[in-house]
Amino acid sequence: MAEIRLMKGNEVLAEAAIRCGCDGYFGYPITPQSEVMETLMAREPWNETGMVVLQAESEVAAINMLYGAAGTGKKSMTSSSSPGISLMSEGLSYIAGAELPCLVVNVQRGGPGLGTIQPSQADYFQAVKGGGHGDYKLIVLAPSSVQEMNDFVDLGFELAFKYRNPAMILTDGALGQMMEKVELAEFKPRWTEEEIENKFGVWASTGKKTNRDRNVVTSLVMDSEEMEQNNLRFQEKYKKMEEEEVRYEAIQCEDADFIIVAFGTCSRVCLKSVELARAKGLKVGLLRPITLFPFPNKIIKELARKSKGFLSVEMSAGQMVEDIKLAVYEAGSTVRVNYYGRMGGIIPTPEEVVDALEDKFSWEISYGVKRSY
Amino acid sequence: MELKDLIKPENLVYDKSKVQRDVYMHYCPGCSHGVVHKILSELIEELDIQDKTIGIAPVGCAVFAYNYIDVDWQEAAHGRAPAVATGVARLNPEKFVFTYQGDGDLASIGSAEIMHACNRGENILVIFINNGIYGMTGGQMAPTTLEGMVTSTTPSGRNTDLNGYPMKITNLIAELPGTSYVTRQAVHTAAAVRKCKRSVKKAIQNVLDKKGTSFVEVVSTCNSGWKMTPDGANKWMAENMLPYYPLGDLKDSIKGEPISEN
Amino acid sequence: MTEEMIIAGFGGQGVLSMGKILAYSGIMEDKEVTWFPSYGPEMRGGTANVTVILSDTRISSPIVKHFDTAIILNQQSLDKFQDSVKPGGTLLYDPNGIIHPPERTDINIYKVDATVTAVEMGNPKVFNMIVFGSYLKVRPILTLDNVEKGLEKSLPVRYHKLIPLNIQAIKKGQEIVESVLEV
Repeated sequence: MAEIRLMKGNEVLAEAAIRCGCDGYFGYPITPQSEVMETLMAREPWNETGMVVLQAESEVAAINMLYGAAGTGKKSMTSSSSPGISLMSEGLSYIAGAELPCLVVNVQRGGPGLGTIQPSQADYFQAVKGGGHGDYKLIVLAPSSVQEMNDFVDLGFELAFKYRNPAMILTDGALGQMMEKVELAEFKPRWTEEEIENKFGVWASTGKKTNRDRNVVTSLVMDSEEMEQNNLRFQEKYKKMEEEEVRYEAIQCEDADFIIVAFGTCSRVCLKSVELARAKGLKVGLLRPITLFPFPNKIIKELARKSKGFLSVEMSAGQMVEDIKLAVYEAGSTVRVNYYGRMGGIIPTPEEVVDALEDKFSWEISYGVKRSY
Repeated sequence: MELKDLIKPENLVYDKSKVQRDVYMHYCPGCSHGVVHKILSELIEELDIQDKTIGIAPVGCAVFAYNYIDVDWQEAAHGRAPAVATGVARLNPEKFVFTYQGDGDLASIGSAEIMHACNRGENILVIFINNGIYGMTGGQMAPTTLEGMVTSTTPSGRNTDLNGYPMKITNLIAELPGTSYVTRQAVHTAAAVRKCKRSVKKAIQNVLDKKGTSFVEVVSTCNSGWKMTPDGANKWMAENMLPYYPLGDLKDSIKGEPISEN
Repeated sequence: MTEEMIIAGFGGQGVLSMGKILAYSGIMEDKEVTWFPSYGPEMRGGTANVTVILSDTRISSPIVKHFDTAIILNQQSLDKFQDSVKPGGTLLYDPNGIIHPPERTDINIYKVDATVTAVEMGNPKVFNMIVFGSYLKVRPILTLDNVEKGLEKSLPVRYHKLIPLNIQAIKKGQEIVESVLEV
């Protein structure tokens, strides 16, 4: 019988890590996600599963500890919030370049700079476009409930190891601080040294065995031809993710004239906006991307051919809206893609989203799709 | 007698360690790195720990250390080797983990990481190559550059008003309770090489015995960066570097104990 | 059934823990629950509030503009949330320290003298459970059995000996709640 509990998003990240057989967590305190490390330290998983938890001297150190741990084939993770993720971006680029699997959680707060400790989604670009230097992508998962905060820890590791690529859970302070009913996963044992050697002995630095060449975990290639081949291989990998790993939820989109696109906390708000709008007689649906990279382009293209407009609702100045526009453009559609959002740590209300939709699409609501700009 | 008659195992007087790979080194002739690599390779072979050794390479001239010593490696970002080593060592407590870092990497950009790794007493060996200059990027000033020393970014010599003072970071490291063995060695003479090897051996043994952080500074030459001949660089080092960075053990204690006075 | 409520008062009044017990009791009743606290500047100002949603179906927005129920424990919170109660909704408040009582005429208003009663019971800490009891009386959406189970789940084991006292306080709250206005 599954264990049901009332837990904060941040707490459940910690619990899920222990239960999915995570080997190590390295972190540095920052609001609004400090409960992740606090929960781990209170749980003392080293007594239970052997999982190591370490408070690093900085986010820079934490991400490099993660690099080292991931380089030995161990299931390892960190968590932070926006300013801390900026500091980790150098390390993330190295991790992607060295093709190491690991999990990074960003419990976003408002920026830029020190900004605010209130929730935000303004790190969307940073998360889905790479963030650090060079051509790389993270696998980005956007939970919208405490249950998904739980589920995506295991899923994040699974995808990270499948593609030998860092995965990120992109969430925010609201989901981190919120408590909901959560069904906890069963405990999975940590991989043994032998299992790690069998699975990852071809690349992980576990100590050179007599039956194999030495393994070198590195992102450095001095030969340009060879480095270009590396880059091409990475791009192939990202393309495969786009083909096979897209996840989304489409709610009442079948007959919808207008599609609200929102992820995470905003998608929860917009779920209610859909109800409110439908009560007013507006045919509105919600598309909730679960993977932000790979982005659900295909379904947006399909919806672009039959809807009258898209509204991207974000806690940012409008970032995801650019990706929706690209998909709609690629579909050859001329429907308008609008944005509505709040910043500074403010979560929009369901009512203001409906108002924004009516306001921005007043033409389409009255006359249908504008066929020319 | 022909050459083929000479090449026989019983006539062998010197052989390269099996842990040293059969490749050309990119280091300049006269550079200290090669000697330190040789010491490490020989000891890894001697102690039979090749299968449990994980090296962490720095950014700097030793960035390609992984091409020469035949063990598993990880290449760290500039200065972050002690953090990478922490991640490796914490999750793999039975492995022998070492970092190999230069003075720019360890004492400048990575000063926070080295201090905290040593302060936590991470069970690792740190090899610190101090040649008072950034070799890889073309001879710029390092934190350890001597006063008055000419580099490409101190063309009139290091001016302490402008650039601060040469940093004795090893002395700071020795103050940290997490370290068990802190020593400063050199490899400019045959005697110094033998002595350095004994120190590195002791340091490795400490790690195998889980005694906390062992730290071996090797005062080194960079004849290319210093614009000297290899022999001239060795002499210059003995005359100028060693008085400021005197050789010897700074600490030989156990983790958590106060620094021994010597 | 979906109940969207706000509990608001001073930090230290047990606002967040009352919400947590409510949410846990909801889980015992097989409901979906969301507990969403204010965090940050508002807490520094000394006020605390939490949105609690209980529902038989998937819960959408944690951000609620119009509440079914508001449980109000100080004047600032009354001023802030009085107008957020849906017409026909419920406002429950403790009159202690309230200078300007609620003025709405289109909602059900109840008051519970929990501060005074808690002192009379010899344990000011049960204040929030008295309020909780009053809430259960006027909005009987949870059974006392499940509330007891919710208490067991939300309190650390070392406090389980206090559960009977809490139940007693809940029952007291059910007794003493007064109707001010019913629409």
